[in-house]
Amino acid sequence: MTDAAPTPAIEARGLRKSFGGVEAVAGIDLIVPRGAIFAVLGPNGAGKTTMMRMLATLATPDAGRATIMGHDLSADPQGVRAAIAMTGQFASLDEDLTGRENLVMLSLLWGFGWRGARRRATELLAAFDLADAGGKRVKDYSGGMRRRLDIAASLVVTPGVLFLDEPTTGLDPGARQKVWRIIRGLARSGVTILLTTQYLEEADQLAERIAVIDRGRKIAEGTSRELKAAIGSGMLHLTLADPAVLDQASALLAARLGESVQRSPEGGKLSVPARSSAAAAAALTALSEAGIEVADFSLGSPSLEEVFFALTHDETREATA
Amino acid sequence: MSEATTDRSARETPALGQVERVERPRRPSAGQNALVFGWRAVLKFVHVPEQLFDLITTPIMFTLLFTFVFGGALAGTPQDYLQFFLPGILVQTVTFNAVYSGMGLSTDLEKGLFDRFRSLPIWPLAPFAGLMVGDILRHLIAGLIILTIGLVLGYRPEAGVPGVVAAFSLLIVIALGFGWIFLVLGLLVRTPMTVMTLGFSFLFPLVFASNVMVQPDTMPGWLQTIVAVNPVSLITTAMRGLMAGSASWGDLALALIAPAVLTVTLAPVVLALYRRR
Repeated sequence: MTDAAPTPAIEARGLRKSFGGVEAVAGIDLIVPRGAIFAVLGPNGAGKTTMMRMLATLATPDAGRATIMGHDLSADPQGVRAAIAMTGQFASLDEDLTGRENLVMLSLLWGFGWRGARRRATELLAAFDLADAGGKRVKDYSGGMRRRLDIAASLVVTPGVLFLDEPTTGLDPGARQKVWRIIRGLARSGVTILLTTQYLEEADQLAERIAVIDRGRKIAEGTSRELKAAIGSGMLHLTLADPAVLDQASALLAARLGESVQRSPEGGKLSVPARSSAAAAAALTALSEAGIEVADFSLGSPSLEEVFFALTHDETREATA
Repeated sequence: MSEATTDRSARETPALGQVERVERPRRPSAGQNALVFGWRAVLKFVHVPEQLFDLITTPIMFTLLFTFVFGGALAGTPQDYLQFFLPGILVQTVTFNAVYSGMGLSTDLEKGLFDRFRSLPIWPLAPFAGLMVGDILRHLIAGLIILTIGLVLGYRPEAGVPGVVAAFSLLIVIALGFGWIFLVLGLLVRTPMTVMTLGFSFLFPLVFASNVMVQPDTMPGWLQTIVAVNPVSLITTAMRGLMAGSASWGDLALALIAPAVLTVTLAPVVLALYRRR
């Protein structure tokens, strides 16, 4: 959709869904502009998949409403289905069939004739670097090939919105790069993409906007930069020469900078927000006066991981940018 | 968006994922959708012909064992027993086969394939119609193999080809009726193996406590009562009648009660379960 669009690609208000008394999604609002890559970031069991399944008409919300490409989810589910495609967490392909047959089958279901369906399958196989594997049964595909075929299967008809549920989970780095390139390519051709991920790097790399979800609630939303800015302008990262003094160093830094310290005991690493380089220098001086040797330090913007940690472990912090 | 990471590998396949926009063609009819699923079932036969092996091993073993081991004792001669038993073993074959279609559905659901189907703008029942096309094929192939073996061993249908055609038509209607039970099981139970276990622990007593293997004259009275009303018995009686040319309209009507009731009650359940998932 290159023309000026009147409605967002996805507009959801107060979506809720419980399973046996447990609220998987506890009231989520979401607005995704057309043509954007939007990432929903959260740990396992945060409600990401449930939310996506509701938006893709696969689960009925208990409360709330949503429109997808202008079609109301509850009043016009077939309209929604015609405007979307979904690639779930588990390859939604027929493993007994070949890659080509899977694509021909889906093309036929969309309404292409025999000739058109075959041509469509050939085009998609070529576009996803699967031309040589088209005649092989999906059972014999590698994880990366399967994922690519699965995404190709979602593009038989170009969707307005493409839902990708953890598109790179379980892939090796090379295969993950390929999927990322596919996602960027699709966004360039105007497809709105909503993806879920538990990889902070993935959201950071791909998405224009990120919603952080934890325990069924949206706890933050913004661009990667906004989210990082929300927990402070700078972050002091330290590696201690002797990990044994981690507690002591951590207490000292917390007192000195008045901020909570994130620690990873494995490598004796500490991260703490620092408002200015002067404050960071003062903290380093305090450490050296206390006889704590620092092996390595840097001052920079926080990683998304640190943002995520701060957001999910400090409920009082509101980081809506 | 950082492009640095993509440029390195961009040379091998510069167009990866770069597809032209394709608009949706004219909306296909419900029947066209169902045919596509039927095509899928045929492809599965082509790719996994082993599945036929599962379907026909048990009935072939039953036919041979019962005819030659028990046949003489049960009916005087193996030949006479085969003449009695063959229509019954056809009924057993298709009812057992229905379990496999429930397993197939459960497998599809487990793999997430039905999520894709459900998120497509197609006739919601098309996947089930397709399963049934596959089932009919399976029943026909298995039934014809068993019949061929029977003919080789000396079974002779008195009503000839028309009788056999009528009997097979009835067989398919019945199989589709019973199929609903296993579609419900396939939708409710998460693992295909459990569908099989549940299916067979229900079907074994149903098939054995019938007149498929023996006439119930020597059974205890309470069991004779059960056998008399067991749908499998009613169906087998009608099958024997059709193949021998002696079936009455009453026999046929009784045979069709169970499939009709199952279809009317379980089809809405299947649709509701499918939509709710």
